[in-house]
Amino acid sequence: MGGHLLANYAEAVAILLFGIGFTNLLLQKNMIKKIIGLNIMDTAVYLFLAEKGYIAGHIAPIVVNGDVSPETYINPVPSGLVLTGIVVSVSVTALMLSLTIRLYRRYHTLDLDEISIRVKREER
Amino acid sequence: MEIIKNFPCLSILLCMFAAIISSALKGRGARWLNSFVIAAVSVLSFAVLYLTITTKESYVYVMGHFPAPFGNEIRFGSLEAGMALFFCVIMMLSLNGGRKKLLLEINPAKENLYYIMVDLLLSSLLALVYTNDLFTAYVFVEINTISACGLIMITERGHTIEAATRYMIMSLLGSGLFLIGICLLYDLTGHLLMSNIKAGIDAIVANGTYHTPLLVTIALIVVGLAIKSALFPFHAWLPNAYGYSTVSSAAILSSLVSKGYIFLLIKIIYRVIGFDTFRDSKIINVLFVFGLAGMIMGSLSAIRENDIRRMISFSSVAQIGYIYMGFGLGTAVGMVASVFHMLSHAATKSLLFVSGSGLTDVSGGHKEFLELTGSAYRNICAGLAFTVGSLSMVGIPVFSGFVSKLLFSQAAILNEHKVLPTLIALAISTILNTIYFMKTVIRIYTPAHGKYASASWKENPAYAVTLLLFIILNVVLGMCSQPITDWIAQGLSVFA
Repeated sequence: MGGHLLANYAEAVAILLFGIGFTNLLLQKNMIKKIIGLNIMDTAVYLFLAEKGYIAGHIAPIVVNGDVSPETYINPVPSGLVLTGIVVSVSVTALMLSLTIRLYRRYHTLDLDEISIRVKREER
Repeated sequence: MEIIKNFPCLSILLCMFAAIISSALKGRGARWLNSFVIAAVSVLSFAVLYLTITTKESYVYVMGHFPAPFGNEIRFGSLEAGMALFFCVIMMLSLNGGRKKLLLEINPAKENLYYIMVDLLLSSLLALVYTNDLFTAYVFVEINTISACGLIMITERGHTIEAATRYMIMSLLGSGLFLIGICLLYDLTGHLLMSNIKAGIDAIVANGTYHTPLLVTIALIVVGLAIKSALFPFHAWLPNAYGYSTVSSAAILSSLVSKGYIFLLIKIIYRVIGFDTFRDSKIINVLFVFGLAGMIMGSLSAIRENDIRRMISFSSVAQIGYIYMGFGLGTAVGMVASVFHMLSHAATKSLLFVSGSGLTDVSGGHKEFLELTGSAYRNICAGLAFTVGSLSMVGIPVFSGFVSKLLFSQAAILNEHKVLPTLIALAISTILNTIYFMKTVIRIYTPAHGKYASASWKENPAYAVTLLLFIILNVVLGMCSQPITDWIAQGLSVFA
């Protein structure tokens, strides 16, 4: 068990970071801290993917000198997934930040619970 | 016939391009383009449905020029095509029913933005229905979330922005879990295409290795999608998001967005995990318990609610519970019942939202029950439609809700361990449904004099026609259930 954990330490770190990001996004009251949690969570997934695609001793998947043997390069698919994932996470982060700006302008606080209270008060 | 195979890809691209063009159009142009696109996609989907029903086969469409293990694919059978057609019809009706209200509620300069979101939502729904690639599914799940968030917050009131924020947070938690689940699956099998992952998983199960990682992966994916489709207890964001957004958005969100995720989950169950592996995992018991709890808790919350829109929203929680309960039964009949209930709930819930908005409009915009007294006399069409929707939700024969309850009970009897809790929960939930829907129907048909002006259907004929079409759709689902269940069963059988 311990041996496996040491051999796969990068995956273990990725999953730990995922958990940290997930709990921050879920439990923090402050919107900015929630968004930071979201980014930690997404980045942890990219770390996991990058680690999975890496093969020790192989080089980046850019063909040099016509060498197309799979023994030379690392697996390029996870890198592609990471790039796609980054695009997605940038867009949702931008959307969340713009929502935060709107809420802050209207209610002058970043605390989501406080915002809910003020929304209810405003309605009356 | 050969050309029809291009239609699924074409309809996705059509919606995306319409969204891009709409950004340069004025509100009116965007509205017409959107109607045209939905109509065009309906026709295309109908052609695909015709092809797949006559040949009883499924087709794979290769995107780009890379062959199977690396490239991206679209795959469609009769169930996918029928779902796409159904989504288009519901979306068209929901938009028509809320169009007048929408113009009053949003800034006219932003009307085209609303239709961009609708176009994007439709394209992502179609992609979720048709795709054969898990990572593509993830990307479109996120597009779906973003455009749904736009639909909620378009009215720019404090309530809707807060609801959109809460919706985004829960959705992002769900998609985070879904993403890590996909990555673990990729790690286990080395593939991203559904059919290749399925082969990998079958090999893993046959060897008896990686039992725990596979279980964790299935749990992550299922929980991720369950959060996004608002299964109890992850429904906290739902009442505000549905209750305060504009009526078209509420109808689209409740009947299409959550159904898109559930359909993706069905695809994953059949085409990625494999139905037998899914049934033998313990996850279905968890889904079963949460489904039962949702059926009862959603209805209890709906009874306590004093706001008609929020009451209908809480009823959605209960209905989503029914669908997941059908998954939890772990029989093929249960899955058919769940898919039928997806259709039935989508048709009924959008009807309820649209007719509910007609009732609140003739009550001075108030959503509280006291003010709604007698509103069915002031707007006869809306009152009638709301009654039909309520009867369908309660499960009166002739309407679609009855058939889904019948199918669920039949499916439950086939599973001897789960038959008793299912039937008890169905009975309790039906009684609770009756309490809050009939309470509302009695309330709107209690005569009240003079306080508000009434509205004739002639003032807004499009609205009346929409309600009529909704009622017809509901009755058709209820009366012609046999061909529809045959179609669902046939569609599910070519899934595997």
